[in-house]
Amino acid sequence: MIVLENITKRYNTRQGASTVLNGVSLQVKPGEKIGILGRNGSGKSTLIRIISGAELPTSGSITRSMSVSWPLAFGGAFQGSLTGLDNLRFICRVYGVDFLPCVDYVEEFSELGRYMREPVKTYSSGMRARLAFAISMVVEFDCFLIDEVISVGDARFHAKCQQELFEKRRDRAMIMVSHEAHNIREHCSHACVISEGKLNEFTDINAAYEYYQSN
Amino acid sequence: MGITSEVSLRRSGRIQARVIWALLMREIITRYGRHNIGFMWMFVEPMMFTLGVAALWSFAGLSHGSSLPIVAFAITGYSAVLLWRNMPGRCVGAIEPNLALMYHRNVKVMDIYASRILLEVAGATISFTILSLLFIAIGWMPYPEDIMKVLVGWFMLAWFGGALAFTVGGLSAMSEAVEKVWHPITYLMFPLSGAMFMVEWLPDVAKNIILYLPMVHGVEILREGYFGSAVRAHYDILYMGVICLCLTLLGLSLTREVGRRVTPE
Repeated sequence: MIVLENITKRYNTRQGASTVLNGVSLQVKPGEKIGILGRNGSGKSTLIRIISGAELPTSGSITRSMSVSWPLAFGGAFQGSLTGLDNLRFICRVYGVDFLPCVDYVEEFSELGRYMREPVKTYSSGMRARLAFAISMVVEFDCFLIDEVISVGDARFHAKCQQELFEKRRDRAMIMVSHEAHNIREHCSHACVISEGKLNEFTDINAAYEYYQSN
Repeated sequence: MGITSEVSLRRSGRIQARVIWALLMREIITRYGRHNIGFMWMFVEPMMFTLGVAALWSFAGLSHGSSLPIVAFAITGYSAVLLWRNMPGRCVGAIEPNLALMYHRNVKVMDIYASRILLEVAGATISFTILSLLFIAIGWMPYPEDIMKVLVGWFMLAWFGGALAFTVGGLSAMSEAVEKVWHPITYLMFPLSGAMFMVEWLPDVAKNIILYLPMVHGVEILREGYFGSAVRAHYDILYMGVICLCLTLLGLSLTREVGRRVTPE
């Protein structure tokens, strides 16, 4: 279970404080799949980062009684000057996973070939997504946080994500940010819309989309 | 603000050790690479500095007519400078290149500083040990008279450098001006740090002033350990300890505050 209570996040900008999240509460039960909708800059990624613990809220509390992944997003989580393989090594060390047995799996899943031994900063965004996804499958989490990353990539990558994440790990919880409606419709049981710092929960995804589009 | 998760202190310790180790290994790869001598640059680089300085001081006859062997004088002095000065230098602006890694919840600002500090301590210590053994073996340097005292002096300097590193690192994350100011400060501190002189050689007025600087005490302890009765050392280990303790507290609280504000890339 993950419980967010009354989370507020404020950033100090040059024009003064800007409140991105204002009193957000949310519960994520084991196995639950929640989609997050919102306009650009509405605070979706901030919310994901606060759930992951990468960022701390300005006020409010988070309780995590299940393991939560890092945000699987375009940027972040990897050191650009390190190779894919060295990044894998780093993450294995941080999460206490044996490195050697993972290498084959990640190489095969990411299909990066010799690029596994090149710095990540030379990768395209599709390659980064493949690496991020493959590495995150090496560490087992109860809850995966997915920030847009499955929207890139070709049909084959989608098919693999489908199998590894949504079939093999369908018992896990998932919080997903995506601008592509079909991702959320396909995989989530309900959805939340962030607007003006507030989180509105909808048990019906169509209702969530209606609200999202009318705002 | 409460972040609750049921993790025991022992388990937290294990996670932190794991994270610091991961960061340390990562740092070794990004800094030294796998080409030519790889991670050995960690101590070869400070060794080159120290050897160069030892050679220069030998030519310049910097031992002020005292009976101290100049090579030993230079190696104890310059190694001490490398030890306390490089740690803060490595922690200034250390967060920025690591922002992406802070996507991982357990990677904290504290761990980034700690891994860099450990790497500097290791490099300076290995360099100092190898050079000492080398010059003792060829007879240019005497055996240390009191090895325990050498270790105490070295430990105090490492503690001072580490505490200073947390403080300066934390401040540099709060204001960019710190990075600019830090370089001239270290540069000007070098001749005052006790590396190039013994306090005994100074006039009485200067003695009292110079002993306000904590690292001077550390160098004096180190040299007393090395040269024993050949020198008259001036130090107050309690004074240095209190300063180090205060700096540690200040440094850790600054680091915590910075960690609270940090926004991963």
